[in-house]
Amino acid sequence: MKPLIKIDNLTLGYDKEPVLEKVNFEVFEDDFVGVIGPNGGGKTTLLKAILGLLKPMSGKITFRGDIDGQKKPIGYLPQVKHIDRNFPITVFDVVRSGSLMQNPKKVTSAQIKQKAEELLSEMGILNIRNKPIGELSGGQMQRVFLCRALLSDPKVLILDEPDTFVDNRFEGELYEKLRLLNEQHMAIILVSHDLGTISSYVKAIACVNRELHYHPDNIITQEQLNSYNCPIQIISHGEIPHTVLKHHH
Amino acid sequence: MSNFIDLFAYEFFQKAFLAAIFASISCGIVGSYIVSRRIVFISGGITHASFGGIGLAFLLGFNPLLGAVIFAVGSALGIQFFTRVAKVREDSSIAIFWSLGMALGIIFVFMTPGYTPNLMSYLFGNILTVTIPELTWMFILNIVIIFFFSFYFQKILYIAFDEEFARASGLPVNLFNYITITLVALTVVLNIRVVGIILILSLLTIPQATANLFTKNFKNLIISSSVIAFFGTMAGLFVSYFLDIPSGATIIFTLVVIFGVARLYKHFF
Repeated sequence: MKPLIKIDNLTLGYDKEPVLEKVNFEVFEDDFVGVIGPNGGGKTTLLKAILGLLKPMSGKITFRGDIDGQKKPIGYLPQVKHIDRNFPITVFDVVRSGSLMQNPKKVTSAQIKQKAEELLSEMGILNIRNKPIGELSGGQMQRVFLCRALLSDPKVLILDEPDTFVDNRFEGELYEKLRLLNEQHMAIILVSHDLGTISSYVKAIACVNRELHYHPDNIITQEQLNSYNCPIQIISHGEIPHTVLKHHH
Repeated sequence: MSNFIDLFAYEFFQKAFLAAIFASISCGIVGSYIVSRRIVFISGGITHASFGGIGLAFLLGFNPLLGAVIFAVGSALGIQFFTRVAKVREDSSIAIFWSLGMALGIIFVFMTPGYTPNLMSYLFGNILTVTIPELTWMFILNIVIIFFFSFYFQKILYIAFDEEFARASGLPVNLFNYITITLVALTVVLNIRVVGIILILSLLTIPQATANLFTKNFKNLIISSSVIAFFGTMAGLFVSYFLDIPSGATIIFTLVVIFGVARLYKHFF
């Protein structure tokens, strides 16, 4: 089985200064990977490379080339805070813009419209299709962008910190939706700073801090994180969120 | 009322009428783009930089609008280059080109022997003295802009809204950006004769701000700001004619009054 995405000995960064070095990473059909790591560790840089926004300094990224009707088999949900909420665009147009990821010769605008409507009603937001995005709540906004990401029937769905600026209720719904998509064989790459919440959904964890360490399990200990050179804290969600500290000597 | 109709018998007024139509459409489309994309400041830089070209044309004795085109397009691409390649902060690059163009213009005009009688009409505009060749160029620009924006409407919209996503999809985003910024530069220059360098930015932003009160849809924004720009320009033209005051400034004043009334209407109804 060939991987959907194969990252081979990849080094990349900005202004000749590497942020990530010698990264090897493969994504297969049923994968659900949580990408964690400290701020500035290279999580976003890795996403940019996969999306083709950043040229590798060395190494390469290859996609499995057998996916019909698509340019890149990727659906992408950006951090909603980067979106200009005052831009004059309606929900429906945002969702339709997901068609950019498709080969324009293989889809008609009627098909795009129909698919957009399906996704909107599936997500329970068909009623706001003509609203300008400036009038949406954080949860609605997240749903709209999820619809856009799914419009091109991607094989891999990439989410950049979807848990920021979203109410808790929708966060749970979102992860359940992702679990469902993953059961339907969509690979999911979920960048998050909140390991505690995502660990019950993901199947594997990639720790990114200049290097990438792949941990093929959703349970990770502080000791393992430390050995991966990944200085983040595991937050356990009980009644009151608290940090699980390592033992003091 | 007959006074209004009578005006259309004059050739200078017919030309002004056509200029108002062309200015409204080009500024309606391009202005909606720059306002939505938040590149008003770049447009201001391009506008003012074009003064350098006007000064150079005065000095060397060629068509000032040609000089303005060269400086406007040059600064538009220069700002992009400074920001992207030379890694100068974008707002600083804009300020550099903005003031460099103005400074060169002042030096060139000073070096030009004799009196430069038309200078004021480039700075503040005079829609009543627009010439047939200028109208022809405005017409051609309108055709180009209408075709470009209709044909690539969705791509332009998606790039303007979320450039990163458009890049990820493999759209030639840089090419689109260079084309659109060049169209911004050409729009600015060819409408200089209507309201002048100092005031052209308002024709690109005030009708859009007014329309934006009532619509949050890019296509409707383009159409309604073109219509508002047209009525504002015509109303300003009539007022300036009958009160015998400068047309460019009156047009802008009218546009601001329309915005104010619309804003109050929105507040109370």
